[in-house]
Amino acid sequence: MKKLVLIGNGMAGVRTIEEILKKDTESWEITIFGSEPYPNYNRILLSSVLQGDSSVDDIVLNDFDWYKKHDIILHAGDEVQRVDTEKQVVYSSKGVEASYDKLIFATGSDPFMLPVDGADKEGVIAFRDIKDCEEMISTSKKYKKAVVIGGGLLGLEAARGLLNLNMEVDVVHIHNYLMERQLDEPAAGMLQEELEKQGMNFLMEKETLKIRGKKRASGLLFKDGSSVEADLVVMAVGIKPNVSLARETGLEVERAIVVDDYMQTSAPNVYAVGECVQHREMVYGLVAPLYEQGKVLAEHITGEKEPKGYEGTLLYTQLKVSGVDVFSAGEFTDKADTKAIRVHDEFEGLYKKVVVRNNKVIGSVLFGDTSDSPRLLDMMKSGQDISEMNKVAILPSEERGENLESPVIAMADTETICGCNGVCKGDITAAIKDQELSSVQEVTQNTNAGRSCGGCKPLVSDLLEHTLGEAFSEADQKQPVCACTTHTHEEVQAEIKEKKLTLVREVMNVMGWENEEGCPSCRPAINYYIGLFWPEEAEDDANSRFINERVHANIQNDGTFSVVPRMYGGVTNPEELRKIADTADKYNVKMVKVTGGQRLDLLGVNKEDLPKIWEDLDMPSGHAYGKAVRTVKTCVGQDFCRFGTQDSIQMGIDIEKKFQGLQTPHKVKMAVSACPRNCAESGIKDIGVVGLQGAWEMYVGGNGGVDLRGGDLLCTVHTDEELMEMIGAYMQYYRETARYLERTSHWLERVGLDHVKSILVDDVEQRRELNSRVETALSTFNEPWQQIIESGKIKQDYFEVKATS
Amino acid sequence: MQETVYKVFAGPVEDFPIKISKEVVTGNLKLAVFRLSEDEFYTIKNECPHKKGPLVEGMISGRHVFCPLHNWKIDVTDGQVQAPDEGCVQTYRTEVIGKNVFVTI
Ligand code: SRM
Ligand SMILES: Cc1cc2nc3c(=O)[nH]c(=O)nc-3n(C[C@H](O)[C@H](O)[C@H](O)COP(=O)(O)OP(=O)(O)OC[C@H]3O[C@@H](n4cnc5c(N)ncnc54)[C@H](O)[C@@H]3O)c2cc1C
Ligand code: SF4
Ligand code: FES
Repeated sequence: MKKLVLIGNGMAGVRTIEEILKKDTESWEITIFGSEPYPNYNRILLSSVLQGDSSVDDIVLNDFDWYKKHDIILHAGDEVQRVDTEKQVVYSSKGVEASYDKLIFATGSDPFMLPVDGADKEGVIAFRDIKDCEEMISTSKKYKKAVVIGGGLLGLEAARGLLNLNMEVDVVHIHNYLMERQLDEPAAGMLQEELEKQGMNFLMEKETLKIRGKKRASGLLFKDGSSVEADLVVMAVGIKPNVSLARETGLEVERAIVVDDYMQTSAPNVYAVGECVQHREMVYGLVAPLYEQGKVLAEHITGEKEPKGYEGTLLYTQLKVSGVDVFSAGEFTDKADTKAIRVHDEFEGLYKKVVVRNNKVIGSVLFGDTSDSPRLLDMMKSGQDISEMNKVAILPSEERGENLESPVIAMADTETICGCNGVCKGDITAAIKDQELSSVQEVTQNTNAGRSCGGCKPLVSDLLEHTLGEAFSEADQKQPVCACTTHTHEEVQAEIKEKKLTLVREVMNVMGWENEEGCPSCRPAINYYIGLFWPEEAEDDANSRFINERVHANIQNDGTFSVVPRMYGGVTNPEELRKIADTADKYNVKMVKVTGGQRLDLLGVNKEDLPKIWEDLDMPSGHAYGKAVRTVKTCVGQDFCRFGTQDSIQMGIDIEKKFQGLQTPHKVKMAVSACPRNCAESGIKDIGVVGLQGAWEMYVGGNGGVDLRGGDLLCTVHTDEELMEMIGAYMQYYRETARYLERTSHWLERVGLDHVKSILVDDVEQRRELNSRVETALSTFNEPWQQIIESGKIKQDYFEVKATS
Repeated sequence: MQETVYKVFAGPVEDFPIKISKEVVTGNLKLAVFRLSEDEFYTIKNECPHKKGPLVEGMISGRHVFCPLHNWKIDVTDGQVQAPDEGCVQTYRTEVIGKNVFVTI
């Protein structure tokens, strides 16, 4: 097998490998070195990580399993330090030596750091990789004031992200208007106005002289003598090709590594792709040209046919800041020999400019509505003669106006939809038909469209809808349960219900889980849904439960556990307290604490002692660990309190006894207060009951946790029986329609209070049926602690620790 | 200093349910022994490289275990922490001899 070595585990290099694998998987032994300790990720989407729309996991393009699957040896976090082009060997910083038959440099760029005084201080960073992103996120938790130097694409994306992280953001720009390399002055003016509305502050025509501060940056000093404070300085002034290794290796380097049309460098068997490359005098900083280079290089290396060679790429850009649509391509400034079509609507915030020379479109800037961009690009590429065309034919969006038909419909099959990956409309429609694709995600997996900046996803979605017609359903576009599958929670629920599936593994099999083993996100969800639909047949899968629910106690930071016994309604007595005290002594618990849920907590118990403690306590589990009914807090009520109107304690005890242990999508907490003073805090509970003279009010969807939400009044009832029936129906409706891990507060927001009222309050029949189903579920309840005490097998499997001699 | 290698008896095979992990303590050393299938045993140190979470309590998925404290994903066959987190856990050779499981420490 021939050996291929790639230096740089980034976007261009790994794309080249993907193209090679597509052609022949047999004949190469591939080794990749990457300085970053991650698998190949989508650098472009760092902005969306910073803006809070994606996590680092979401932007991974090829995970570690992909490398394994293709037998690629990946040295992540290991930099190549030396290349010997005579012996054809590369040497890494961790001492790895790899010989090659073909070598590819794809070392990308480094951010350009302004060489000003103080640029080396703490708190001065660039915006290039995951590390930078993480630093911005962690800084935002401690500091308030950020300054971004650079009002270009990267700077504005960084600034938007920092705003989302709740920092105050100043953008410093040396020019008199923003994005001067992509926009003309009117468009830039509109952009600035829009971004100011979003909360950015601009310091224009400022040249940074110095970064102030002791160890950490504290501010900037400008050439005009003015200054500004800063806890964080992000430099986004540009990039410089990373060519130091190439230079030391003796490759021909000018601004970047010089390559020919087949991406060959000056050394035999050594190639280069990506931002580190200079091709026909051009150095690119966007992925579309890099991907084209990768494709040519793959064709050349695998020698399948003599490729056409790379001839350069027409560039265009789009800004990825939410709420702002900007597009720019080609020559967009007015010259003596150019004419332009202009649409400038200051009321609607629209600006469209198409620059024409010799009857051909040579450039364009669009602001506010970029839907004509694929079409304009296509005209620029094909050099179409427009002398016979009217304005509407060039800018169809002008006519579409209100009736908003998607621009994809009018596009020709050869027009490009995904510019980053060079995918045209025809490719996508063919894939949708031939491969029977039904979601944007599937289209991306099959065609690469949307796999980079993601800007074309709305177009892809429109095209799907248009191609599939009736068969297209919004539901297909919804979020999958997790990365193991493309199915949504609703689809999983339906399948379990219809096919009567009762084993977690079976569900994953039948539904074709891509990761057959599942993960801690999907397996517990499936396990819950099975128990929900088939309460009598289901066999609980302990291995699909989080540790707390497997051993019926809360794990603590040091690996010990806590024990919260049930105290119905928060009421205890001297005998119970004595037992608790004795047990606490006997097992030497670290602390006994009164919880926020009106229970007592024994903290710091070893796992193997749990069943013994439960036996000594002889009290039921408080379920303080479960996705289940937790506590029902009560106030002292009418028997003691001078304002009490109802027996809140007894009501709380009755509710808790009835619903204890019921498995729910997320935990359910309740409270019963005996008057509107609400001492049991019924207003912030999943179900909160408030007693009035002769009536109970039932509040729902309250939450006192992360997302504080006051409950909404569902109904007022007059008897204890009615209240119990309403609670039963509410719990069951939540159980049946919420997604796993969706707390009642979020669920209620999603389905709407009025909808829930229409089912529970207005429809007596439904209420009755829901109650009968909840009764079935309740009838299967087994007190878990008792069950474990009695089962030697569970004790041995889950609680035993083996000691050896 | 010379390193000494011990083979410790962890217990009979039937004491290790499939796809469940068991803690085995030997001296001061706490180990997590995983039985992934009939005859596939792996042992790693029962201590997450993040904040020392007890890996024996984690949920198992294929050859990975998810730490119960903050959900780090660790390959039990080679001890590697999976991206985006970094690190590795000490692994120990584990073999079945006859009907018994032995770990080399
Ligand atoms: C023990 C207790 C704190 C205390 O000492 O008072 C507690 C302890 C924990 N809470 Fe809590 N919560 C406790 C009352 C509360 C309350 C107050 C209440 O119940 O009235 C709240 C806010 C009310 C609410 O939930 O609406 C509360 C909101 C949370 C949340 C946020 C839930 C949310 O929807 O935003 C979590 C995280 C979660 O569940 O995902 C949480 C999670 C946890 C966990 C289980 C964290 C974990 O996953 O390991 C804690 C276990 C610690 C341990 O080491 O044992 N705890 N927690 C309280 C037990 C009550 C009980 O007797 O059962
Ligand atoms: C925040 C941000 C937003 C962007 N938005 C867009 C956009 O919307 N559209 C667009 O088209 N482009 C965008 N870009 C640019 C795009 O990400 C780059 O053009 C692309 O990533 C370049 O690919 P590359 O493979 O050449 O370099 P990289 O992706 O940088 O990969 C190079 C890799 O090589 C590694 N490396 C370097 N030297 C060595 C060595 N000696 N040994 C081992 N490894 C080494 C580096 O660590 C790096 O991981 C954006 C960039 C950023 C930072
Ligand atoms: S508030 Fe709850 S989850 Fe947070 S530290 Fe306290 S007990 Fe733990
Ligand atoms: S201790 Fe294991 S993930 Fe934090």
